[in-house]
Amino acid sequence: MHSDPEAVKKSIRTYGTVGGLLLLCTAITVAANQVHLAVPAAIAVALIIAATKGSMVAAIFMHLNHEQRWIYGALLLTVVFFVVLLFLPLATVSDTIGTAIHH
Amino acid sequence: MEIPYTVEPRPDTGLANGKLGIWLFLASEVMLFGALFSTYILLRVGAVEWPHGELSVTLGAINTVILICSSVTMVVAWAKLKMNDFAKGRLYVLVTVALAAVFLVNKYFEYAEHFSKGETPSHSTFFAIYYTLTGLHGLHIIGGIVVMLYLAGPGAGLWKRNPEQFANRVEYTGLYWHFVDLVWIFLFPVLYLL
Repeated sequence: MHSDPEAVKKSIRTYGTVGGLLLLCTAITVAANQVHLAVPAAIAVALIIAATKGSMVAAIFMHLNHEQRWIYGALLLTVVFFVVLLFLPLATVSDTIGTAIHH
Repeated sequence: MEIPYTVEPRPDTGLANGKLGIWLFLASEVMLFGALFSTYILLRVGAVEWPHGELSVTLGAINTVILICSSVTMVVAWAKLKMNDFAKGRLYVLVTVALAAVFLVNKYFEYAEHFSKGETPSHSTFFAIYYTLTGLHGLHIIGGIVVMLYLAGPGAGLWKRNPEQFANRVEYTGLYWHFVDLVWIFLFPVLYLL
């Protein structure tokens, strides 16, 4: 993160540009929804655009593009647990304890 | 007693304590919303039918635009404070509060319309998860408003005593606010479009 006032002043323009790009991405998301794609394609398009927007917010507004390694470490751990959390429900269908084994 | 490392970074982490603290808090928030997103996926995948077009895309898109604009004003507020411009810094914080209030007013109208049609949380699985996700997100918006009003009001006195620490507080609030925006960026397509 910048602490020099001159560098901060320059970054204000970047914030405006990123804000504009985020609004553009929102317009694209809504427009893509009007096209009525097949469900898997619609989900992929919407989530790719959302992930792009989320990355821009995290990198520029939250200054993750130049942070300290402690923050990256904490976030990496969060991502690992988040992925485990997302796939945890799979355990409900793969639980075979106590059932007969069929060959 | 003076609390250490509120402005200068700790030698071991290279960060002020508040910054590491807010990031650890946000990590816990990722798990909170992650659990609800996971629930949403499980419910949707397990459902025989899933409703489509129940929500107003226009209102959802307007609220997305409002939150994106509020993220810009919040980060500019911090930048103005770093440039030693307290008046503009506080003004941008107040603009962020105003945008957040507009978001909540929109949400109120949206909820009111659904309730008038009997679409309460008990109406269907879709509305149950919709109200849970957007309700929790709305509570985060209210929390952000309270903190920002404190910073622009009674908490602004810190600027005279320690401007760097005040700018840090605005930055940490901003990190929280951008996270709230980020959650909505995913909520909008998931609930309104797909």
